[in-house]
Order: sequence, then structure tokens, then C-alpha cells
Amino acid sequence: MPAPSEEMMEAIAEPAVPEVSAPRLVGHRSVIFATLAIALVLPFLVQSFLTFQLTLVLVYAIAIIGLNLLTGFNGQFSLGHSAFYALGAYVAAMLMDKVNFPYAATLPVAGIACFVFGFLFGLPALRLEGVYLALATFALAVATPQILKLSPLEYWTGGVQGIVISKPDAPYGLPLTQDQWLYFFTLLVTVIMTLLAHNLVASRTGRAMMAIRDNPTAARSMGINIALYKSLTFGVSALYTGVAGALGAIVVQFVAPDSFTFFLSITLLVGLVVGGVGWIPGAFFGGAFVLFVPNFAESISKGLSGAVYGVMIILLIFMLPTGAAGLVRAVTQRLRGQNIR
Amino acid sequence: MRNASHCLRAAAIASLAGAVLATASPAIAQKKYDTGATDAELKIGNIMPYSGPASAYAVIGKTEAAFFNKVNAEGGINGRKINFISYDDGYSPPKAVEQARKLVESDGVLLIFQSLGTPSNSAIMKYMNAKKVPQLFVATGATKFGDPKDFPWTMGWQPNYQSEGRIYAKYLMENHPNGKIGILFQNDDYGKDVMKGLKDGLGDKTSMIIAEVPYETSDPTVDSQIVKLKASGADIFLNIATPKFAAQAIKKVAEIGWKPLQIVNNVSNSLGGVLVPAGLDNATGVLSTAYYKDATDPTWKDDPGFKAWSEFMDKYYPDGNRTDGNTVYGYLVGQTLVQVLKQCGDDLTRENVMKQAANLKLDLDMLLPGISVHTTPTSFYPLQQLQMEKFDGTRWQRFGPVISGEVGG
Amino acid sequence: MELLLQQILAGLATGTIYACIALAIVMTYQAIGHLNFAQGEMAMFSTFIAWQLTQWGAPYWVAFFVTVAVSFAGGVLIELIVLRPIQHAPVLSHVAVFIGLLAILNSLAGFLWDFNVKPFPTPFGTAPLFANGFIDAHQAGMIAVTLFLLAFLYVFFRFTRVGLAMRAAAHDPVSARLVGIRVGWMTALGWGMAAAIGAIAGMMIAPVVFLEPNMMLGVLLYGFAGAVLGGLTSPAGAVIGGLIVGVIENLAGTFIPVIGGELKLTIALAIIVVVLVMKPQGLLGRPVLHRV
Repeated sequence: MPAPSEEMMEAIAEPAVPEVSAPRLVGHRSVIFATLAIALVLPFLVQSFLTFQLTLVLVYAIAIIGLNLLTGFNGQFSLGHSAFYALGAYVAAMLMDKVNFPYAATLPVAGIACFVFGFLFGLPALRLEGVYLALATFALAVATPQILKLSPLEYWTGGVQGIVISKPDAPYGLPLTQDQWLYFFTLLVTVIMTLLAHNLVASRTGRAMMAIRDNPTAARSMGINIALYKSLTFGVSALYTGVAGALGAIVVQFVAPDSFTFFLSITLLVGLVVGGVGWIPGAFFGGAFVLFVPNFAESISKGLSGAVYGVMIILLIFMLPTGAAGLVRAVTQRLRGQNIR
Repeated sequence: MRNASHCLRAAAIASLAGAVLATASPAIAQKKYDTGATDAELKIGNIMPYSGPASAYAVIGKTEAAFFNKVNAEGGINGRKINFISYDDGYSPPKAVEQARKLVESDGVLLIFQSLGTPSNSAIMKYMNAKKVPQLFVATGATKFGDPKDFPWTMGWQPNYQSEGRIYAKYLMENHPNGKIGILFQNDDYGKDVMKGLKDGLGDKTSMIIAEVPYETSDPTVDSQIVKLKASGADIFLNIATPKFAAQAIKKVAEIGWKPLQIVNNVSNSLGGVLVPAGLDNATGVLSTAYYKDATDPTWKDDPGFKAWSEFMDKYYPDGNRTDGNTVYGYLVGQTLVQVLKQCGDDLTRENVMKQAANLKLDLDMLLPGISVHTTPTSFYPLQQLQMEKFDGTRWQRFGPVISGEVGG
Repeated sequence: MELLLQQILAGLATGTIYACIALAIVMTYQAIGHLNFAQGEMAMFSTFIAWQLTQWGAPYWVAFFVTVAVSFAGGVLIELIVLRPIQHAPVLSHVAVFIGLLAILNSLAGFLWDFNVKPFPTPFGTAPLFANGFIDAHQAGMIAVTLFLLAFLYVFFRFTRVGLAMRAAAHDPVSARLVGIRVGWMTALGWGMAAAIGAIAGMMIAPVVFLEPNMMLGVLLYGFAGAVLGGLTSPAGAVIGGLIVGVIENLAGTFIPVIGGELKLTIALAIIVVVLVMKPQGLLGRPVLHRV
């Protein structure tokens, strides 16, 4: 089957229904470098606790990128990403606890395990559309804590009690605290994975993914192997979220079935929408939102923290229906508008 | 150059002088503080599920906050006011870790008090012990939180679940040695912990157990489980469930015409919270254990301890639900902490806090007569006694002696 | 054999709960074209309103109908205030808003009425039917109400102009507008009806599971399963699907050794996924066709 040509891909990539187009920050490398510079310096300026929180933001960001690849760029609605996060976390925890695996090596293993699982789940999911896929993934998310608690598996998973793992120290005797080292480690992984995701999305494969999202019938008639791409995307998406899960387990030092309920899936989804569907860097906004806003809501009213959080989500969607992506796009357009003579 | 060395020498002399003075000062009771303790206040951290599936227990946190308001209004502890900082973890372990770190590193609390839930406490236990911050009087009966050898900074408070299970075993072996036991249990560490205690207590008579049927908190009802238990032929029904499911179970047992000897675990024996929804007629004859006074029980109407609690509720927590046993629970643990802090005097280091916590001999007026709080450096289980009680249709009637269910080792 | 029969009956009894909520879900889907994840919380909140009315002394049926009316109004308001402003936003933004709504309702209910379990009255009494009492009068009443609701909705959507207009508006708003249907009003009406039906479901369910802010979480999952199994386009399918889910869940829990009790939910959901993969529109649903 001949690969679709560049022109064909461009033609297909034109959405049949107006979709959110990602704001292009390519010209704004200075913004990226500045952000990176700040990120590198932060842990030395702030309390250890904030470093810990920022590490978690990065972890969520990776997970949200995973979800974005599947839902934002490929149009497959998933409410089940907490399952992949859990799988990654448990793979890492079990390896570190039972086999004394070095923590860094657990990430690729977790990633591969989740890729396989995601791909396998994606296969039957091919037949499901929209709301049906949502429900199938929802089933997966709900089933995950129960599966983790199964008595026959207790030796491996620790059952309801979970698994406690140790935080790694900085290697080579570097003068960093555990929190700082973990932050930098996570930052490195985040940068690598963000770059990979960006390249994926900008490549021909990425355009195929988006074509499938926007007009599957047309994509198929152009020669794109829908089944393959959709399953692969599921796998890659699961891989990302699984790696995030593994990192999360190391940062929190604890895994238990109660950590990975359906609410985690909801959290990732909220993070995705807030950041902007179909825009990779949005994941960082999303991750920050889902970590810090609940704390903020709690500081306003302990009894009604959930209500405050809900109100904030709704207000944000009202003001920015397309999330942070929409805001950035509006700002860059305005800036660009000023530059055009 | 010369200035620098001159300064250095001055500094050295000053510090030497200071050191001499310090060691030479008379040995008056010195004030020793760790982070979170000052002359004016004691910062106490707390983590509760104010949102999420376990939100029903948030009442405990609110009661404790109200109680500490009362203590402060009456002058505080040795002149220091309690600053009670309580955060929500939504019953999620990662969030609990975050909140614990926030309390210890950002808010700088002296200790964390009554963090709730086995998963959350399991998640923070290692951290708390590594940081040497007391994880005091955790709000869960899981037996693993009373292990001074491996986790010297962690201590529970309520009678642990295994103790309770053992006490049921003792009672059954004495009074129904030929019984056939059917168990409904919540499929998590709490349910399994009680069952372990029961089995350990039965020893070689575990064959009395003929059916063990679990349920999940995500199940809407436990009707199917009750049907299964009846079909097993059991004539003793042990109900290890949280309030909502315990109530459903008692109701269903009556509806299907099954008449076993029923025992309900003490997490779910509140008259207003469980027996009323279940139906008072349906609950007649049910047995349970208790260690504190049920505020809905008219027996205590004129009891001074009850009156004191009632006044506390009137003045400091008027919105509180008095039929909820958690309000008594929170009051009692609050009193226990106050006692520990009082015993510390002016030595408010974390080490001393744990030392005093491991040195308690305390009678509290809302505990049942005969039951007291008792700890030693090798026994980190403050409460281990329970008394059996039977519901007669209107109130719980306690009977028999106060039983101790010590968990060995 | 007797145990099997008893568990089937018990499963049908629980299944009526799922059928009730599944009907509400399908109703919402038909009226507005979205799956409303906040459905459970809206039903729960309505039930609390009913409870409060009975606490203030209102007789049951007064509280019942007032709650239905208030819920209807509430549903319309939610559509106008929360959803109308974002009607052109992408689907995922709608989902995020539903999540926000869910959080608000749950938190508010807990704040106003606390998290303790409360008994909720039933108009049907609890006298056991059949010799062994495996179904009681309330559960029979619940089935009756569900069937009545089903019949009412069938007639409404099939034979009234408003019903037809609503279906058209949900299915294809652009064309519907061209034919003169006030799509905005239809959507609001649809939400109102969905909220009202949810309220009825909640009031039927509460006597069995007891009233508390988190009461719908477990039920909702099974309700979704039932709705999907029956087919999201078929109210009758939703009811049947709910009943089947109840029976499967019970039988799995009773007869699968060792892990049966622990995996009831997973097994039921797994079966649903299998059905979806083999017959995506559910047992009684109509296949969805896409125009190219």
C-alpha cells in the first residue's frame, strides 16, 4: 500500500469540522528556553515541599500528554487512563520491591508493559466509537482497583496494603537532596518525552492520527491503515501514562489500589481540557491546575472544597472553552498582529 | 585582611563565652522546643477525608477542631494555645503524602495527630518515621500501627481490629462452642484484620467458620451476600461492615426471615447511625462491643461525663450530629492528646511527645466504666478493652466483664 | 438450585435499581445527545430535597411531586446557565463541565446534609412478597414505577409533537432549526425531563441503599453498564440491560469461586465490553450510521 503523499496528507489534515488548531509556538524558542532555565533553577530557590509538588506536576504532565495523544490528536475518548497509570506504578513498585531493580530502569519496563497492554486494549476498542469507547475505558478504570486487590495476586501487589518503596538518593554523591534529585530526574524524562511527543505529532504519523480524528472515512479512503494507527496510538498513549505512573510511584514512595481509582482518570481529563486539547505544552498547565487548584479550593472552604473546585473548572471553561491553548493562541495572535506591518 | 581576622577572633571569643555561660547556667527546667512548639502555641497537624468516599468520617476532624477551641478558650495547655491545622486528603494516599509533607515541611507542625484511614497512614508512615515526627493516635484500628520496634514514631489509639476479632472469638467459644459462623466482611484491610483476629482467637476451632463472604465499597447493596450467607446454613452472623452496609445487612437478614445470632462490629453499632436505618425491630438481639458511651443511649442521661460532653457539643459544635458516635470518638482522642501535651510540660520536643505518649494511664469520662487508656514503651495500643453489649430494641445493654483482647507481640 | 433461584431473584431486585438509573441515563442521552456523568449526583441531590421536605412534615407524595417539579426546573436552569454558554465548545469541554457539576453537587449535599446514612421512606411499605421474602413490596413498586415511566416516555417520544421535536433537536440540531423547531427550548426541556426522571430514580433507590451523598456512585457505574448493554438509543433496552446486569453481578458473585465476590463489578463490566465489541449498539439499540 503506497504511503500517502505530502499533499494528500495536507489535504486530509484540513478538518471537515472546525477543530481546535494548536497554536504554533515554533517561533518562540526564547519562551521555551526561559521556561527551561527557570525550571532548572527553581528547586534551589524554593522549599523542599514545593519541589516535591512541582515534581508531581511534571508527572501529571507526562500522563496528560499521553491522554492528549489518544484523545486530543487521535479522537479516541478515554476515561481509563488511570488504569495505565496504575499499571506503570505497580510495575515499578513490584520491580523495586521484589527484585531490587534500579529505579531508573523501571521506567522503560513500565513503559513497554503499558504499551503492550494499551495496544491490546486498543484492538477490540477499534470497533467502539465516541460514547461507547468512553464507557469501555470507564469500565477499565473502575475495574483496576478491584483487580489490584485480588487475593491471588496479593503476594505481588501487596493487596490492599500496597507497597512501600524507598526514594533514591542522588547518584555520584551529587550535593542534591532526594527531592531535588528526583525533580531533575523527572524533568529530564519530561523534556525527552515532550520532545518525542512533539516530533510525533508534527510528523507524518501525527498527521495520520489527526486525519483519523477529523474524518476517518476520508482517511481510510486515502490509504491510511486506521486499525494500525489507532491501536498504535493507544499503545503509545498508554506508554506515556505508564511512565508517568512509574515516576509517580517513585516520588510518592507508595502504591495502593486506592491511589488509582476512577477519580484519577477524571483528574487527568480535567487536566487535559484545562491545558487545551490537541496542544502538547498544555499538559503543563493542566498538571499545575489539577495539583494546585484543589489545594487552593481547600484553603477557601474546607467543607465546600469540592464545590469551589467544580466552580473553578466551570468558570475556566466558560472563559477559555479551549483551555490554556486557546489563551496562548489569542495572545500570540495579538502579538503577531502587532508585528505585522 | 586584618579586619577579617579581628572579626573572626571576636566571634570566637563571643561564642566561647556563650558556651561557657550556657553550660554554667543552673539546671532550671529548660524550655525545649522542636519545630511547631513555641511559648505561645503548639502546631498540631491533621489529615482527614473531607471529600471523597470516606467523607462521613470528617466529623471526627471537625469535632477535634471544636474540642481544641474549647481547650484554647479555657487557657490552652500550660499556657500554650493549640493551632490545629487540618487538611483534606480525599482518602487518596498520594494526596495524604502531599498533605503530610506540607504539614511537616511547610507549616512546621510539631506532630501529626489522628490522620485517618489505613491507606493514607500506610503511605505516610515511612516518611514520618524517617523525619522523626510523631504520627500520633492514627484514626484507624489497623493492627500494624502499634509497632514500636520498627515504627517508633507511629501510634494508634482505638482498640485495634484484631483485638476486637479476638474478643468475639472468646465470647463465641465460651457461649456458642458448637456454632456455625458466617461472616460478611468489607474486602479491605479493615475487614480482613478483624477476621484475622477472630481466626487467631479461635485457634484450632476455626472450623466453626463455614462461610466468609466479602463485599466491596462500590457495591450498592449487600443483599446478595446475605442471601448467600443464609444459604450456607450458618447460625451465627458476624457483620464486619461499615455503617451503611451494616445497616443494609441487618435489614436484609430480617427481611429474608433468617434468625442467626448477630454480632455487628463496633465501627457500626451507633444507634442513630446504623440501627435506626436498619429498623429497631430488626436489630433487636444484635450483639456488639463498645468502649465508649453511646450518646444516644438514655442510660447516660444523668452521667457527669455525658453532661460534660453534651455541654461541649452545645457550646463548641452545635451543628454536630449527636447521633454520630464519631463526635464522642473525636472528643475522647482530643482529650488524650491534651493529656500527652500536658505531661510534656515545657519539654516540647518530638522525642518527649512520643515518650509521654508511651507513658499514659488515663481515665476519660466518656469511656465505659472499667476501660482506660494505657500505654507503655512496648505497648503502643492505648485502648485494648471492650465490653459486650446487646440491643434490646430501645438501647444497648452492656453485659459481662470488660474483656481485654491483647494482641500478642 | 434453590440458591440459584434466590440469587436470580435478588439480582432482579438489585437490577431494578440499575434499570431505574439506566433509564434516566438513556433519557438524558436521547434528549441532549450527551452522556451526563453528573446524572447520579443530580438524582442524589433531588432525593435530599425530597428528604428535607419530609423532615419538614410534608407527606410522602407531596414531597415526591414537589421534588420532581423542582428537579425539572433545576434541570432547565442548569441547561440555561451552565451549558448554553458553552454549547459551541468541543465535546471534551462539556465533559469537564459535567465533572465540575458533579463536584459541586456532591460537595454541596455533604455540606448541607452531612455524610451520615439516612433512611428514606417508601410509599410501598416493606412487606415481603413471596414466601421467602426475596423481593419486598418496595422493590415490586420500584419495578412498577420504572415500567410506568418507560411506557410514558415511549408514548411521549413516539406520539407527541413535543417528543418528536426533542428527538429531532438532539439528533440533528441544524436540520431541526430549518424545520422551525426551537432547538434551544427543546434542549432545555430535555434537561428538565432528565433531571425529573433522575429524581424519581433517586427516590426509588434511596430506600434500598440508604440516603447519603455518595449513594449514587456505585449505582451509577452499574447503571451505565445496563444502559450500554441495552443500547443507548433504547429506553426499553436500558431497563432490560439494568436487570440483566443485576442478575449477572449476583450470579458471578455467588458462583465464581475465590474471586467471584471481589470481581463482581469487573465481571459485569467485562461482559458489557464484550457485548459492545460484538454488537456496539447494544442489545436493543439501533446501529448508528455515519454520513460521509
